[in-house]
Amino acid sequence: MSEFSVVIEHLTKRFGTFVAVDNVTLNVGKGEIFGFLGPNGAGKSTTIRILCGLLAPTSGKAIVAGYNVASDPELVRANIGYMSQRFSLYDDLTVAENIDFFSGIYGVAKDKRPIRKQYALDMSGLVGREDSMTRTLPGGLKQRLALGCAILHEPPIIFLDEPTSGVDPIARRSFWDLIYQLSEAGQTVFVTTHYMDEAEYCHRLALMYKGKMISLGTPAELKQALGKGSMEEVFVESIEREEAASV
Amino acid sequence: MNFRRWWAVTRKEFLHIVRDPLSLYMALAIPLLLLLLFGYALSLDVDHVPTAVYDLDRSSASRELIEQFKGSRYFDIVASASTPDELNAAIDRGKAIIGVVIQPGFGSDLKGGREAKVQLILDGSDSNTASIALGYAQSLVTLYGIEVRAIARERLGAPKVNSIDTRIRVVFNSDLKSRNYIVPGLIAVILMIIAAVLTSLCVAREWENGSMEQLLSTPLRPVEFLLGKLAAYFAIGMIDMVICIVTGVFLFEVPLRGSAVLLIASSALFCFGALCWGILLSTITRNQVIAYQLSMISSFLPAFLLSGFIYSIDNMPPVIQLVSRIVPARYFVTILKGIFLKGVGIQILWAELLALLLYGSIVFFIAVRKMRAKVA
Ligand SMILES: Nc1ncnc2c1ncn2[C@@H]1O[C@H](COP(=O)(O)OP(=O)(O)O)[C@@H](O)[C@H]1O
Ligand SMILES: [Mg+2]
Repeated sequence: MSEFSVVIEHLTKRFGTFVAVDNVTLNVGKGEIFGFLGPNGAGKSTTIRILCGLLAPTSGKAIVAGYNVASDPELVRANIGYMSQRFSLYDDLTVAENIDFFSGIYGVAKDKRPIRKQYALDMSGLVGREDSMTRTLPGGLKQRLALGCAILHEPPIIFLDEPTSGVDPIARRSFWDLIYQLSEAGQTVFVTTHYMDEAEYCHRLALMYKGKMISLGTPAELKQALGKGSMEEVFVESIEREEAASV
Repeated sequence: MNFRRWWAVTRKEFLHIVRDPLSLYMALAIPLLLLLLFGYALSLDVDHVPTAVYDLDRSSASRELIEQFKGSRYFDIVASASTPDELNAAIDRGKAIIGVVIQPGFGSDLKGGREAKVQLILDGSDSNTASIALGYAQSLVTLYGIEVRAIARERLGAPKVNSIDTRIRVVFNSDLKSRNYIVPGLIAVILMIIAAVLTSLCVAREWENGSMEQLLSTPLRPVEFLLGKLAAYFAIGMIDMVICIVTGVFLFEVPLRGSAVLLIASSALFCFGALCWGILLSTITRNQVIAYQLSMISSFLPAFLLSGFIYSIDNMPPVIQLVSRIVPARYFVTILKGIFLKGVGIQILWAELLALLLYGSIVFFIAVRKMRAKVA
């Protein structure tokens, strides 16, 4: 086993003639919080879908948890948790029913189920609200519950695709506290965002633009390299340089 | 195939169903409604035909014939005319559909072995009902004539004429009720529609609300997912089936001559195939509206037209006959009629049962393949 949770080499995804992910190469270490930053349409979700075995890459290689996503998607799926951009649980099921369902399809062992269920309730702050309809929960709580459901099987790697979009700043902050807890427990978190403040929270991040990775490093490294004070400025400057280079 | 993952999906699907009681009631009430509606509307039987009589003979024999009409459940005497105008008026105003005119000398002609004359007048505006009523009336009159003559001959020591007697009685035998043929066919059509429509929404819904992507990222396999969905809707399909059978037997009085166990088993096979068809459409289209409409058309039309339920397959052009072979309702109609009306068993129906099993398995296999293809 390598020390990397995710290894991506020359990964490319084309939809027809359109290149959504263009020759991306990067590694993510164990326990790292790795950020994928970029505007809409940059190819963040497409990359994550490939890493979760939902889309086949056009060319290049992706290794997740030691397994090739193209040849062993089932082994990959057993080792990851994924929160997609759109989904947040089944609205017509109660909190407990949602947890039980995901526990079932992730194949959590019978004796571990009560512990994991309690964990999910604790971390999402829903103890005592097990029988509430999920539809009635506020957005922030739903998001936390969705994360709880995605990690019931204690996956070593967690993919979060814009987990905090549409959630208020306070809820976002506490969601990031959860991400730190996971990372401290040794779980790798691969998270996409287009919020600049969230980029600062990542251990390392990649800037994505039009399918290309235009820079990679820790927030401090990226700011230093361009002599900028904030991620916002780094981001704008990087894109301008990229645009200038491609003309 | 992992039992625990399958059960998680089945349970979740049941929860969706019970959380949406309106849809559940519809799923259970609509088959009954359709069966009642079509069961009555499509019936080719006629009874309680409003009848007007005009007795010009006024003999004991003519009165006895009128008594025969009164005693029959097929006719209700609504008017006794004393002039031709009265008789015509009763029919013109729609009060009566059929008029029975007993000509003068009817009684004496009958006894004397001469041709006794009864005239039947029909309201042609409902030609279907009228022609069936005419058939009944003719039979009743003929039967009456034969009986009178038989009694007369017996008195004179002549041999009885039994053979004709029974042949005519067949016309009134309840076994010729057209409903007996219509109800089993209807059950097949209704079950096909309901089952296909039920499942047509269930996979597309997951695509539309984004949960499918989530599910595909888990260890859950397409087979487990689809079998889980199937199991939940299978339960509803079988409840519908039982409702239809009970209604057919107890309300429409269709005789159930064959094995109830075989009936349930073959219904289960058919239900499985129909549910799989809905699942396949749902998987391919990923869109609830399109899947719903497609499932409606593709289940209703073939089941109605090509199953032999109303139109005999033997009379269709060879190409259409060939097409009808891929319509599962065709096999189910044959099975239902066989079990209900003929009381035949598996030794006669095995080929049809096999066809249903094959249909369900192939459609299910394709659905699983289609789901896998979407993943890659
Ligand atoms: N299945 C698909 N077919 C065609 N184009 C797609 C498909 N999925 C994504 N795209 C395109 O690829 C680009 C990148 O999309 P995406 O990865 O969702 O971006 P991001 O998540 O960074 O906003 C977009 O322009 C999008 O329209
Ligand atoms: Mg996205």
